[in-house]
Amino acid sequence: MASQPWRLASGGAIDRTRTLRFTFDGRELQGHPGDTLASALLANGVRLVARSFKYHRPRGIFGCGPEEPNALVRLRRAGRAEPNTRSTMIELFEGLEAESQNRHPSLEFDFAAVGQWLAPLTPPGFYYKTFMWPRGGWPFYGHWLRRLGGMGTAGRLPDPDRYDQRYAHCDVLVVGSGPAGLAAAQAALGAGASVMLVDERDALGGHLLHAQARIDGAPASKWIAASEARLAAHPKVRILRRATAFGCYDHGHVALLERVADHLPAPRPNQPRQRLWNVRARRIVVAAGAIERPIVFNDNDRPGIMLASAARAYVNRYAVAPGRNPIVYTNNDSAYAAALDLARVGIRVRALLDSRAAVAPRLSAAMQQAGIELRTGCVVSGVRGARAVEDVLLDGGKSLDCDALFVSGGWNPSVHLLCHLGARPRYDEAIHSVKPATLPPGFHVAGGAAGSLSLARALDEGWRAGREAAAACGCTDESGTAPRTEAEEPCGAEPLWDIPRAARDGKAFVDLQNDVTYRDIELAHRENFRSVEHLKRLTALGMGTDQGKTSNVNGLAIMARLRGEAIDAVGTTAFRPPYTPVAFGALAGRERGEHLIPVRRTPLHAWHLAHGALMTSAGHWMRPRAYLRPGESFDGAWQRETRAVRGAVGICDVSTLGKIDVQGPDALELLERVYCNGLRSLQVGRARYGLMLREDGMVLDDGTTSRIGEQHYFITTTTANAARVLQHLEYYAQMVWPELRVHVASVSDQWGQIAAAGPRSRDLLARVVSRGQVDEAALPFLGVVDAAIGPVPVRIFRISYSGELAYEIAVPSRNTETVWSALLGAGLEVTPYGLEALGTLRIEKGHVAGGELDGRTTPADLGLGRMVSRTKRFVGARMLGRVALADPQRRALVGLEPLDGKSLIRAGAQLVEPGERTPPVAMLGHVSSATYSPTLGRPIALGLLAGAASRMGRTLVAAAPLLNEAVEVKVVSPAFYDPEGLRMKPT
Amino acid sequence: MLFRCPHCGDRDHTEFSYLREFDPDAADDTQFRHVYLRRNEIGAHREIWQHVYGCRTVFVLERDTVTHAVHG
Repeated sequence: MASQPWRLASGGAIDRTRTLRFTFDGRELQGHPGDTLASALLANGVRLVARSFKYHRPRGIFGCGPEEPNALVRLRRAGRAEPNTRSTMIELFEGLEAESQNRHPSLEFDFAAVGQWLAPLTPPGFYYKTFMWPRGGWPFYGHWLRRLGGMGTAGRLPDPDRYDQRYAHCDVLVVGSGPAGLAAAQAALGAGASVMLVDERDALGGHLLHAQARIDGAPASKWIAASEARLAAHPKVRILRRATAFGCYDHGHVALLERVADHLPAPRPNQPRQRLWNVRARRIVVAAGAIERPIVFNDNDRPGIMLASAARAYVNRYAVAPGRNPIVYTNNDSAYAAALDLARVGIRVRALLDSRAAVAPRLSAAMQQAGIELRTGCVVSGVRGARAVEDVLLDGGKSLDCDALFVSGGWNPSVHLLCHLGARPRYDEAIHSVKPATLPPGFHVAGGAAGSLSLARALDEGWRAGREAAAACGCTDESGTAPRTEAEEPCGAEPLWDIPRAARDGKAFVDLQNDVTYRDIELAHRENFRSVEHLKRLTALGMGTDQGKTSNVNGLAIMARLRGEAIDAVGTTAFRPPYTPVAFGALAGRERGEHLIPVRRTPLHAWHLAHGALMTSAGHWMRPRAYLRPGESFDGAWQRETRAVRGAVGICDVSTLGKIDVQGPDALELLERVYCNGLRSLQVGRARYGLMLREDGMVLDDGTTSRIGEQHYFITTTTANAARVLQHLEYYAQMVWPELRVHVASVSDQWGQIAAAGPRSRDLLARVVSRGQVDEAALPFLGVVDAAIGPVPVRIFRISYSGELAYEIAVPSRNTETVWSALLGAGLEVTPYGLEALGTLRIEKGHVAGGELDGRTTPADLGLGRMVSRTKRFVGARMLGRVALADPQRRALVGLEPLDGKSLIRAGAQLVEPGERTPPVAMLGHVSSATYSPTLGRPIALGLLAGAASRMGRTLVAAAPLLNEAVEVKVVSPAFYDPEGLRMKPT
Repeated sequence: MLFRCPHCGDRDHTEFSYLREFDPDAADDTQFRHVYLRRNEIGAHREIWQHVYGCRTVFVLERDTVTHAVHG
């Protein structure tokens, strides 16, 4: 068989000097640069390209652009495999591999096509009904329906390509580069505005690429080329091809998807596959054109049936004959141009059928001149032919043989982008379709998208919209002149909403992609799904990848007929972004894998890794859990570290603590108002533990406040709440008490912080400080001194989280490792310890942390009620006074020990009375933190327990039913170790 | 959406963090309402936002919850 038997001998915008090889379902085929996959398939005579969504009916190529409902294919392979790509939008490249979808086992022999004979049993919404009946049937149906219905399958391999995101700003964004868009861009530029012109195709020109027209006295292609050259040469213009404006958002934000490398076999090195543009435009001109509307009749989905505009595009742009003996069927004038273009290239048009009783004499004369039989007042009821159209059946019984049928039911303006911000289009009697009624602020519309279906009007409106948009940006120069074309007659469509009686009982498709027929809409109406939104949900009309680009208006019109109301009264469904499908990869951009969330590392990160640290993530931070020596187990390591702190000295990286500097004459006043504990008596050089409450009286965070100078305070927060506490302070300082003269600044990243804890910590510091004193007199418990370790100036706080004699050393970040190494090299046995030992040490002391500061606990619940000032006003004071918060049955902090002295208690376990097994079991509390205490030689835990005081000493069960665990525990004081606190303050 | 930061000017809303409804008459005896109740207006709504990924200014912004029109 000759290669490309359906290729016309000449013409088209394809490069015949080069041949591209590609495969479809494994069959090797050829095309040319300039082809789309669809045009190349047609050139090779491939008519059957897909099986339909529900009935697995054979389908062919129906359109020539983003509206294509049928010819979806799975493109490429392995990690690059992409389902549901529209063959009409895929530019052919060498080695392209495409596969048909939704067929079992092959396109030619699809067993699932028996589904169409079962159609009477599977009306719209039938699977919703299987939720209800037969009982238990849904899992069975669900399994098979999900396999048989639907679209292509997604790949499971990771996508090897990169996706980029960019931001851009312009005065005027023009969407669409057809006659209206090109005119608008030039008008706006001529007025002095900066312009962005975007088009989803690879070439500018819009529908002019598919037509034969003249502008400014020359072929349209000349005008396009001249316009493009003029625009491209100007520094204030950016032109994006292969870029779809898929969503309009508030305040001039338009999202574009640029398919940078989809027309190549694979992206070039360092080239992204696609690029997502977030454009901020002061004005937006939507010149998105219009999409031709199909006509509903029996079996109107057969391969060979195509939109007339698509047939015209295949002939004119791609030099492909979409049929050799075609019939054109229309209700409007635009299909005549298509018929003439077919005739011009030598295709014998069997007949032009027009549903209207009469047509303009110039049209009938043109048909006569071209030798095309014109039949007016002629309505098609259906076609014959299973795999391809063979005969057209006319209402009244006659038939006409053909091999293709090109239909035009009028035009639907592409109003999508104009409706993304919530506007609903209105039905317009003049064009028998919906068009924009009101425009969102900042938007202009021109040409087909405005319902203006002639070239002259598109040019005129485009030019005007460009001028108006520029003027709105303050650009009012007057250079350039509006392009001109010969005046045209209006399109002259006549509605064709009545479905021929003979077609009402068959399969007359309204929505080709979702297999929604006229009868389905009838059924929806009968079942009272009469609102168009309900109709959409029940039947799936207008869903899927094409979002009803060809089906919506026909569906609305049919529902209006059934309801006996005007189409405008029926309304339209909402248009939402995206206009066409957008890959998740493009939305994610580079924020994937390790780039999804930033990782924060302390200044000692490298040291930790080099010294056997087992790292863990704590929020965004990476922290060491324990330092494993060679051959040592994790448990062995952290227990050794814990014992080292209790017995000698350990050091721990606590750089992740939030650190906030508070300065100004009113620094103390601000802190007094946000901490529940008093700070007025805090002297310079002293630190104090404190609690901040939320407005509702619950504890927000705990930490220390140190007074560095008269008007200078330094506070620490927990790692987890660093950002929240800063925001809390900023809110009160800026919004609630703006009169306070105080500055609040995060210094978390400027300071590294090292805890040195254990009975020998003072010896350790004494050995390393090169300036300043650390003896009891100079640095008593809760004292702060400025000192130096080696050459590094540091600030030393005598505070203890572990309960031992302990210090925290704040070090300018970049010197943290110097100080850390100095501590390790001081000649003592100094043990670095990680998070696990840190946690165990504080649980042994009954100190609270994240598990207890869970947003539901008051200071009293945590045993810290005595800290709350009774004499001052502070955030949370008012709500803390609520009676219910003083209820002794509130959950309060307790210690827990296993009765058997060895069973581990599970954090998160529920505390219940022993013997209670049958639900509902009263949950008295829960375990908030748990560990094994190497110091005490038994497991211990902290919990929050109702009626804690009355249950002290009692036995409860810590139950984790999902893990089938239950441990008998005794309720004890949370201060397991050194309850008097003597070790922190050795004499 | 574009928000107008009093310090930095127009910026994309993703740079800002919502703090709470603006409550012009927060007082001790209205604490319950202030802490727990939200007016959740249809239409013009005064809110407190912070330019967290910028200058960290906390400011009141009026936003129409229906049209998303914003008045700095």
